[in-house]
Amino acid sequence: MSAPDVASALRAILPPGAVLASAEQRRPYECDALTAFRSLPAVVVLPRTEDELRAVLLTCSRLKVPVVARGSGTGLSGGATPHPQGVLLSCARMSRILKIDPENRIARLEPGVPNLQVSQAAAQYGLYYAPDPSSQVACSIGGNVAENSGGVHCLKYGLTIHNVMGIAGYTMDGERIELGGGMAPDGPGLDLLSLVIGSEGLLMIVTEVTVKLIPRPPVAQLVVASFASVHTAADAVAAIIAAGIIPAALEMMDRKATVAVEPFVHAGYDLEAAAILLVESDGTTEEVRDQVADIERVLRECGASALRVSASEAERQRLWSGRKNAFPAAGRLSPDYYCMDGTIPRKHVGRVLDEIARMEERYALACLNVFHAGDGNLHPVIMFDSNEPGAWERADRFGAEILELCIEVGGTITGEHGVGIEKINSMCVQFSSAERAAFFAVKEAFDPNALLNPGKLIPTLARCAEYGKMHVRGGALPHAHLPRF
Amino acid sequence: MRTPDEALLDDWRARIAQASAQRPLRLRGAGTKDFYGESLAGEVLDLSAWRGIVDYEPSELVITARCGTPLSEVESALAQHGQFLAFEPPAFGGDPTLGGVIATGLSGPRRPFAGAARDFVLGTRMLGADGELLRFGGRVMKNVAGFDLSRALCGSLGILGVITEVSLKVLPRPRLEQTLRLELTAADAVRSFNRWAGQPLPLSGAAWDQGSLWVRLSGASPAVRAARERIGGEIIEEQEAQLWWNNLRHGRLPLLKSERLWRISVPSAASPLPLPGLPLIDWGGALRWYAHLPPDARVRELAAASGGTALCWRGAAPEGRFHRLSPAVAQLHQRLKARFDPRGIFNPGRLIAGL
Repeated sequence: MSAPDVASALRAILPPGAVLASAEQRRPYECDALTAFRSLPAVVVLPRTEDELRAVLLTCSRLKVPVVARGSGTGLSGGATPHPQGVLLSCARMSRILKIDPENRIARLEPGVPNLQVSQAAAQYGLYYAPDPSSQVACSIGGNVAENSGGVHCLKYGLTIHNVMGIAGYTMDGERIELGGGMAPDGPGLDLLSLVIGSEGLLMIVTEVTVKLIPRPPVAQLVVASFASVHTAADAVAAIIAAGIIPAALEMMDRKATVAVEPFVHAGYDLEAAAILLVESDGTTEEVRDQVADIERVLRECGASALRVSASEAERQRLWSGRKNAFPAAGRLSPDYYCMDGTIPRKHVGRVLDEIARMEERYALACLNVFHAGDGNLHPVIMFDSNEPGAWERADRFGAEILELCIEVGGTITGEHGVGIEKINSMCVQFSSAERAAFFAVKEAFDPNALLNPGKLIPTLARCAEYGKMHVRGGALPHAHLPRF
Repeated sequence: MRTPDEALLDDWRARIAQASAQRPLRLRGAGTKDFYGESLAGEVLDLSAWRGIVDYEPSELVITARCGTPLSEVESALAQHGQFLAFEPPAFGGDPTLGGVIATGLSGPRRPFAGAARDFVLGTRMLGADGELLRFGGRVMKNVAGFDLSRALCGSLGILGVITEVSLKVLPRPRLEQTLRLELTAADAVRSFNRWAGQPLPLSGAAWDQGSLWVRLSGASPAVRAARERIGGEIIEEQEAQLWWNNLRHGRLPLLKSERLWRISVPSAASPLPLPGLPLIDWGGALRWYAHLPPDARVRELAAASGGTALCWRGAAPEGRFHRLSPAVAQLHQRLKARFDPRGIFNPGRLIAGL
């Protein structure tokens, strides 16, 4: 089926303006926030209603055309990278807040609603939606469901999966399904909601999301602590947890990261420290006072060389600004950067950071480290210049090696950014062929014709065999210009 | 020479290989929840021997244990380090296995405030229909690699395979817990629960039974004290409070021991259902137990009209125990079952009649 035929079939069922077919119109959709992977979709559709969306799915099913769903395009793993022969289904126009129910403390949302808007709409009731990915100004709830997005407050408040009560949407054959309990806590049958959250658009298209709203903590305070080594900082993280404290956020930045951000945001970080911890407490005035005192005590006992407690909301925001601008700062220091997302058991943080430092030398690329220390989710940021021949391949190989190290120490290749197209090869390392077959079994149950976001998330046997061959050669043979060590 | 572990797994593999639709397997831990589910069928595959805590480091907030590990063993290991399973799995007077706790996916009174069983699942190992040992999720807090089968197995009642090992997130036990009791009608109790739950109060339990509303507060002492002043009511002495919450958790309050019992899950602020008799209300209004009702389609209709579902917990259930699935969702179940358990050997009919 040619692209013009697909476009005209879709024009026949959708209102004017809902189908974009010219190259110029399709260009903005060629990639998500993982810009290294680009591909023009055959057609872009922007349905406004469930009926329109269902009609798109029925038409694409009939024509056997792949469908890739897209929220706001802020994803970091290429989950919304278009299929060249496929339809890119943007949920941007389905962005109504259907209901804010302060009594039951839930919100019903269309998939295109930006994450932050939910909390803004609920603020008048003293409520908010807890998951706050760094892109929350732009990223959509539908995208959050697809990726099981996290944020800096996951340790205490959970991921998307912990904050979504139910979803409704369509399977590829146009059947409407509701999963989860909706506004009630439990639904009958298997917990299919768990399968769909984080399924990266491979199982169904979500058209409605019911989320939990929780009371906004009235007070938040941030403690910033300096440490002479990443190991002592990592030990302090473990000590906080062992002391029975679950902070609202528990972040670490290494010196490379603080040095990178400080000239731009003037957060006032201690640039002498090998690593800093940002530990946030939130809750009622009484709770925060109590917890901050405990946090300070533990950090001192763990050898913090300096401690700073935010004295005002403005200071708290300023101290956070450095952490929140770590990726843009990398972008200012280097033409390109590549952000990784492995999660490891916390006890291995020191070892993994040491290994990453050794890899920096081997790949001759700088890497700064920021991470959600409380839940062991690392975000090494590899800096490179794609104009330099071979630099992207080196960065790619560096990233893959970090991920393999994460698996080796008992962790995972992705904590919150998703597999998408970016980490699909690393899935061959993390999962056995029988486990991948189980993923395909799930896929076939929902989408027997494999039309939803094909080629993402789960690698085929053939793909893993190919990667395995490359892998034993250390990645050197396909890229002859790479240095050998 | 095989280790005893390998021998045991090989024995299970042989049982799985020999099983058929005519001779299916009935997966069983301690059997404390044999009453739960649609129906029991097949030859018992006793999973209790695969036991023991595999890994527990308190500072990681993760415990990993084999399916046959008694819940009591897990809880006492956690208690030694001031930690606990925050979803308060019910034991129903016995000592269930961890595998059974996860396969049934039931949660206790703390659920609306701390999360459900599945919210604490980080990883699951499973023995599939072809005898392969599969591992989903892991031992870390955040993991989005692949479909989340580890959580989907929670509450699956064993129909997809044998859960052999589970990794769970654990939490520090609150420093202080205090229980308050107020005399209120059911309708006023539901209103109060939902008003409080919309405020930043350290709630960890909210239930109503026989004219009394029970509220549990958990946290640092100044926060608990401030909340207590706000809520009012009578402070219940610690031992009595613990006994009461445990009786609620494990199904030992009088109403929960009724011969006929419906468990109705609704939006937390839903008005009282027009059903005969007073309910026992848990989960801040979202869970309502009714005793002595006829197994009546009317119960399901009323639950659905309130935006919820009804489960016939105890007593004859000719129409089935669980709320019926929509045809499209039922079809997804059939397809999943057909792919994970093509021979139909694992707990047939336990979660859904005929599946």
